[in-house]
Amino acid sequence: MNKDLLKNTASQVRRDILRMVHAVNSGHPGGSLGCADFLSYLYFEQMDYDSKNFTMDGIGEDIFYLSNGHISPVWYSVLAHSGYFPVSELGTFRKLSSRLQGHPSTDKKLPGIRMASGSLGQGLSVALGTAASKKLNNDPKLVFTLHGDGELQEGQIWEAAMYASANKVDNIISTIDFNGRQIDGDTEQVLSLGDLGAKWQAFGWDVLKMNGHDFDEIHATLQKAVSMTGKGKPIVIIMQTEMGQGVDFMMGSHKWHGVAPNDQQLELALNQLPSTIGDY
Amino acid sequence: MEIEILGNKDTRSGFGEGLAELGRTNPNVVALCADLTGSLKMDAFQKECPTRFFQVGIAEANMMGMAAGMTVGGKIPFTGTFANFSTGRVYDQIRQSIAYSQKNVKICASHAGLTLGEDGATHQILEDIGMMRMLPNMTVIVPADFNQTKQATIAIAAHEGPVYLRFGRPVMPIFVKPNAKFIIGKADMIQEGSDVTIIACGHLVWKSIEAVQILEAKGISVELINMHTIKPLDVNAILKSVSKTGCVVTAEEHMLNGGLGEAVSQVLVRNLPVPQEFVGVNDSFGESGTPMELMTKYGIDTQNVVDAALKVIARKA
Repeated sequence: MNKDLLKNTASQVRRDILRMVHAVNSGHPGGSLGCADFLSYLYFEQMDYDSKNFTMDGIGEDIFYLSNGHISPVWYSVLAHSGYFPVSELGTFRKLSSRLQGHPSTDKKLPGIRMASGSLGQGLSVALGTAASKKLNNDPKLVFTLHGDGELQEGQIWEAAMYASANKVDNIISTIDFNGRQIDGDTEQVLSLGDLGAKWQAFGWDVLKMNGHDFDEIHATLQKAVSMTGKGKPIVIIMQTEMGQGVDFMMGSHKWHGVAPNDQQLELALNQLPSTIGDY
Repeated sequence: MEIEILGNKDTRSGFGEGLAELGRTNPNVVALCADLTGSLKMDAFQKECPTRFFQVGIAEANMMGMAAGMTVGGKIPFTGTFANFSTGRVYDQIRQSIAYSQKNVKICASHAGLTLGEDGATHQILEDIGMMRMLPNMTVIVPADFNQTKQATIAIAAHEGPVYLRFGRPVMPIFVKPNAKFIIGKADMIQEGSDVTIIACGHLVWKSIEAVQILEAKGISVELINMHTIKPLDVNAILKSVSKTGCVVTAEEHMLNGGLGEAVSQVLVRNLPVPQEFVGVNDSFGESGTPMELMTKYGIDTQNVVDAALKVIARKA
């Protein structure tokens, strides 16, 4: 693991996120900042993919689905830095005719995206379909997903969770962004998830936990998760994160879930995040 | 009119036979079912292609998402459940993961409309054509009989993109030739005529055939079109026929709101405004009863087509 590369990438991704949402005064910075470390790791250390020759079928490649599509800024930034499309295109986010729609979509043909997401709770089912497709194709590569914790309030997630263990889907690694916050407040207050680890275990999944801001822990947990694939059980990682991670005044609250910083706030935030690769 | 009845079967069995044939001929075809394998007649596919059959349980939302995901990797998924659970229950899953994402999923829906019968209104969906034809990228097909449902099932596998295929439960006469070629978006001309055009889909095609025989006994010349594809609609067939007859009756086992009749009227108002009468269910839920009792009570029977034709011809003058 090249930890310096990861740290630099994540810092630049966080700058991109803030500048993207600021430019259009809309979007979701909180969860995006919280998942910058994980997605940087996934794309720069973990997954096998061919960003220069994107195909919808992704045969022979690991596949990632972002189920909580509202954190599109972090995904777009990571995809651009991974070579799927020019980094300069990040400046079109949420603007008319852009390939970078408010929530990820396939209809404008942005390389790297295989399924629309935004309406919550659908990504796990989609991933199970692709996992089945990979098995039918004798493709040994894996399917990764990311979900919000609030998203787990959607019933479809649990339909999919039940299916996966009952049918021994063991080529999938799902991760929950467990930041404990959603639009209306703390998840505990809005609709408590209860004992999340016990719930997934009861649904027949192998459960791992990690700190989503510690690259050593992410590295060790992902390695363990991959070693557990192919053994007849689906795997979920409950990833502890902080919404707004990296910007002090955005942390510790749900308030930056879907609000863009103003000019002054942007400047304050960018001062906390070194430009490493260079701004788009 | 003379029409040869080739037998009597349910359209869902046509789907089952078509799917089984696809299982034998196209290795990319996979099937998913939400605990209704027998009702959907998917048993043969399940038996012959067990590794390509996915029993998802009573979890339709997950089924639609999985089907969408299976297309990534080149599979052609056919989902099977009742029409109610194929559409209304999973509209958002279809909208985002299938239609908007342009996935090659075939949504196969049985027990559509009133002719599901005794189960009653909870299961008798009459809004599904409307919901599905509103979705961009969606093709909507309502075949008329057993043979046509089999042919349509095979045809949609070769069509790239999302499709809604609607069929039903009751045993009905078979009149489409077993070797007929099914072309998506191209209406079947059953009989040419000059006084009135009847455009029907699904089970109402047979009811319209019966109606034509009654109308002909009254000396009326009827042009009958089987509009098996609701979207994309065969606009040329409609305009060509109506420019000759000058009036039209549409007939469907669906709500008047959102159905075939509304699609046809949109074409006519824009291009060739003529009198139109609608045979369909008028803003009402169904109830328990036999299929034929329900068709009579809710105004989608043979006599309703006859009455509508007489009325629309009178309006021409």
